[in-house]
Amino acid sequence: MLILTCPCCGVTAEETELHPGGEAHLERIGPGGSDAAFEAYLFARRNPRGVHFERWRHAHGCGKWFLAARDTATLQVFGTYSAQTPHPPAQIVAAIRRARPDWQPHWTQAE
Amino acid sequence: MADALATITRRDGFGMVTIRADLDRSGDAIAEAAGLAIPGVTRITSDGSRSLGWMSPDELLLILPAAETGAAIAALTGALTGEHALVVDVSDARAVFDLTGPHAGDVIAKLSPADLDALPADGLRRSRAAQTAAAFWRIEGGFRLIGFRSTAQYLDLILRNAALPGSQLAPR
Amino acid sequence: MTHTPSFRLARGGRLIDRARQIPFRFDGRHLRGLQGDTLASALLANGQMMMGRSFKYHRPRGPLASGAEEPNALFGLGQGGRFEPNQRATTTALLSGMVMQSQNCWPSLDADIGAVNGWLSPMFPAGFYYKTFIHPRAFWKHLFEPVIRHSAGLGRAPSDPDPDRYEQAYAHTETVVVGGGIAGLTAAREAARAGGRVLVLEQGPVWGGRTPVDHRDGQARIEALLADLGARPNVTLRRNCMATGLYDHGYLLAREALADHDPDQGIPRQRLWRIRARQVVTATGALERPLSFAMNDVPGVMLASAVRDFILDYGVAPGRRLVVVTNNDDAYRTALIAQEAGLEVAAIIDARPRAGGDLAQAARAANIPVLTGTGIARVRGGRHVEGVIHCDQSGEGRPTGAIDCDVVAMSGGWSPVVHLYSHCGGKLIWDEAEAMFRPDPARPPLGADGQGNVTATGAANGDLRCAGDLERAEDATMPVWCMPQNAPYKLRSKMWLDFQNDVKVSDVQLAAREGYASVEHTKRYTTLGMATDQGKLSNINGLAVLSEALSQPIPQTGTTTFRPPYTPLTLATIAADARGDAFQPLRRTPIHDWHARNGAAWEPVGQWRRPYSYPRAGEDRHAAVNREILAVRKGVGTLDASTLGKIVVRGPDAGRFLDMLYTNMMSTLPVGKCRYGLMCSENGFLMDDGVVARLTEDSWLCHTTTGGAERIHGHMEDWLQCEWWDWQVYTANLTEQYAQIAVAGPKARALLERLPGSIDLSQQALPFMQWAEGEVAGIPARIYRISFSGELSYEIAVPAGRGLDLWERLHEAGHDMGITPYGTEAMHVMRAEKGFIMIGDETDGTIIPQDLGLGWAISKKKADYIGKRAQSRSFMTDRARWQLVGLESLDGRVIPDGAYAVDAGSNANGQRKMQGRVTSSYHSPTLDRPIAMALVRHGPERMGQVLDFPLPSGEVMQGRICDPVFYDREGGRLNG
Repeated sequence: MLILTCPCCGVTAEETELHPGGEAHLERIGPGGSDAAFEAYLFARRNPRGVHFERWRHAHGCGKWFLAARDTATLQVFGTYSAQTPHPPAQIVAAIRRARPDWQPHWTQAE
Repeated sequence: MADALATITRRDGFGMVTIRADLDRSGDAIAEAAGLAIPGVTRITSDGSRSLGWMSPDELLLILPAAETGAAIAALTGALTGEHALVVDVSDARAVFDLTGPHAGDVIAKLSPADLDALPADGLRRSRAAQTAAAFWRIEGGFRLIGFRSTAQYLDLILRNAALPGSQLAPR
Repeated sequence: MTHTPSFRLARGGRLIDRARQIPFRFDGRHLRGLQGDTLASALLANGQMMMGRSFKYHRPRGPLASGAEEPNALFGLGQGGRFEPNQRATTTALLSGMVMQSQNCWPSLDADIGAVNGWLSPMFPAGFYYKTFIHPRAFWKHLFEPVIRHSAGLGRAPSDPDPDRYEQAYAHTETVVVGGGIAGLTAAREAARAGGRVLVLEQGPVWGGRTPVDHRDGQARIEALLADLGARPNVTLRRNCMATGLYDHGYLLAREALADHDPDQGIPRQRLWRIRARQVVTATGALERPLSFAMNDVPGVMLASAVRDFILDYGVAPGRRLVVVTNNDDAYRTALIAQEAGLEVAAIIDARPRAGGDLAQAARAANIPVLTGTGIARVRGGRHVEGVIHCDQSGEGRPTGAIDCDVVAMSGGWSPVVHLYSHCGGKLIWDEAEAMFRPDPARPPLGADGQGNVTATGAANGDLRCAGDLERAEDATMPVWCMPQNAPYKLRSKMWLDFQNDVKVSDVQLAAREGYASVEHTKRYTTLGMATDQGKLSNINGLAVLSEALSQPIPQTGTTTFRPPYTPLTLATIAADARGDAFQPLRRTPIHDWHARNGAAWEPVGQWRRPYSYPRAGEDRHAAVNREILAVRKGVGTLDASTLGKIVVRGPDAGRFLDMLYTNMMSTLPVGKCRYGLMCSENGFLMDDGVVARLTEDSWLCHTTTGGAERIHGHMEDWLQCEWWDWQVYTANLTEQYAQIAVAGPKARALLERLPGSIDLSQQALPFMQWAEGEVAGIPARIYRISFSGELSYEIAVPAGRGLDLWERLHEAGHDMGITPYGTEAMHVMRAEKGFIMIGDETDGTIIPQDLGLGWAISKKKADYIGKRAQSRSFMTDRARWQLVGLESLDGRVIPDGAYAVDAGSNANGQRKMQGRVTSSYHSPTLDRPIAMALVRHGPERMGQVLDFPLPSGEVMQGRICDPVFYDREGGRLNG
């Protein structure tokens, strides 16, 4: 059973106090989107063995959503961070790199 | 018959007001209207009669004598005029219990996965009590625990069960 | 009657109190033990070596071990609701008046019918069930399965509810040390010096593990450590606490026995500890391995360590004349201790070519015959050891002599207890020298930070001598997996590897010959290490035999997966306090007690309890529903609607936010008005509905379905926090702040006007779909003119604490009008009469509003709302989607809810094609005929057509498609 530290209130909570929300950083496709893009948004999910970005809500706590970078195989948590960001922030990327030097981001970094 | 680990008392007579606002922008106005300092993250401030708890980065809970609720809501609403904020009466939505006695912490430890040793003297922990949402903080001689009104009987039952005489957690 | 049991030694027994005798009953016999005894030691003291029968062959069995690994001596303990099967005699403390029953035998332990399985054992090889009970297929259901089920299972389940209490508790610690032996206590001291919280768990009632038994100064060393630890405020020492499983991120489950088999204490029987530790130290010791020689399961053949434990711990002699058989030096301790206790040690049979260590020297000096290079060819005896026949270890079992004895102490070496280390991903390495797997420190279980969070210490780490006298030089252990080495089938088929599941050397070899190369497959095929063993005794011996049969090294074979729990946990312990009234939270409205007093029949709605109806004397639930409906249609009724979700949404962007959330336009709703709204998921499917009221220029109140409040509030916060985080919107879930009462019926206005109040309830002042605020009966209230029944209806929201007050005032005032409380079922029928949909009836997670004729509630003007894009997908716009219609039953009977309308032809699987299904179906008391709603392909275009609904009975009911609004199509009744 996982423990994660909520970045919004600093409380280290166990899984039963949290509510999982699936993959993070999905880009919403609205009415203008193509069928293919919408299908990918609705149904296609990464399922990596390794580094993964997830949504969690501190449901039995401050109620805020946050994001976690985690290894799905070792369950190592690289960090938790604000849900209000389109991509993992630099310090999370750096933490992942320290532990997984070969890991490559799957997004193109605008900043 | 040994004593229960803690005395469980259902408390009435509290007013409660949820305040949602940008605490950086509006903290001073809220503090003045509430009559209490803005608590730090996951803390609760108190003057003996009123308490102001940090619930979320943009949410506070004011707990006060029920009779003062209406005036407090008016004061807070006035103080936040022009700001994006929400001030609502939640007095009737809650059930309040006091857990007092030498082993009150044991009762919490049987119901919540929170680490009480990590709870500061002025800490407010939102967590769960068994299967329902609860928040608690330290009061004289024990803890005050709040949950939802609809689960009051469940809370009362699990608190009393956890306080069963002779069941303290210290090794025997 | 008192007598000194014949096998209790005159001296010794560090754990027993000779002054305190304990009476107990075993299979109906009245016996006595001593305070401090386990069930096993008490029975041995009474000369009762045979303690059970094996699972498959029903062979007589005695205790093999002295601890948690015991496979044979399992009893049914207690009576009635307190009966428990499979209680381990070696770890269960004897208490006064205990009643124990032997298992796996009928009619009795001594005369067991099932033992015929043993005579037939050549017919029950590995995989017997798989091979035998395949054909003919019909036999499985009617013959094989019932017979196997009757004889399967260890022990029997209790028949009554468990009357004891159980509880759970959380603990947080820097370090948890599992094991209270010398290694664990030493590690605890080290950890404690670092300053963090340290929790030490010992599975049994006494500290020290093997050290007090195996070391001259053991007891003193343990006491010194305990004194040190006891003086440290950051250390908690917990006995009788078995760590059963280690999980992710340092989460450890442990079971603390508080009042096992001792209900008179009035405290919880067991406590499940949920421990979260940053570091876990496993100091769980090692388990001695049996040796595989023919008839090694005859009662009286025991582990060498168990023999000396019974002597030193309990002052019990397992026999009078002992033979030790070993492949290592440690077993010599047993010989020396037994001799010192007054037993006759007939011989030490050592498989190794030579034995020259200090302990062997001491044995020789004590005139104990030592036979090296020797093994046991066969044990003599059936229900009890009578002697051994020995042979050359390197040969095929040709007898070299016979020795009479009544107990055989065997040692095949030791295996570290690696279970906890392995539960959560820690890897093992093969230690060639000691022929054992031990934790690989380079591949430990990982914590949240990616660093190893479990270390093993002491014997659990392979340091097998940590408990003993380090100053004594020992010779190396010699791996012995088969005794003698070249034993023929006749002997191998009597060598037990797994005593509990009756798996022998020959079974594993047969599995290998039949192609089972994987240790995991072999385990399932042979049942090796299943049930309570979980790799404790049988693991290494079994996989060594498999490796030899496959001609591969042991590390290549590997171990089976070690799974929690290490020892069984009862379901009651896992459930802890969550049983009976505390099974789950039951949510009550402020008016709950009134409903209960007035005879409500309850309907669970999520965790809420709502009145289904209020049956009167002589009335069943359904008669009550009909009466309630007619009362509302003709007079006035009240419904407790407090469970409806009530979420306030406020802010400069609240209107735009609600426009995204609902399919229709909420931003244009004027202050003071209400609008029915539909909420869809991003998949386009209808997920909730309810009336939205605009409270002020920048605030709205959203009603959700009962049970939807938390989910919809979470849904709102999800979108606000994770997608539109720059929008200025605050929400608050006020569901429990308000009691809400629907007052419905043509007399609703007249009733409310009888109560003093400040709100003008007239049609002009408060028309349909508007709200007003003020006082009702002196209570601050908000009244919504909304209707789910189709009648003139006011929903009144008041602070929850005043809800009961208002309800009672209404009933007082409406008494002469025949005011009637109505429940959820009356509400359901009335809404169906009106053709209103119900989330969960007409919707099932695959239904879009367009399917339900709710296109009017979908804004065409909005560029976007949640679900809009999905609703333009080709499948969603398919004209052949099933659409909502009404149904009239042709024969006047109610068509069953959920019945399917069949179509002509069959699908690819040969099933009848379907063209629709019933979503709601009731008898309408208002119309005095059945009504139903259904989803039907092209339904709205097929008015008047008749559909066939075959029922499971074979009967076919028919329904005619009609308009779903059965009552008051014009809606005139809404205005009273």
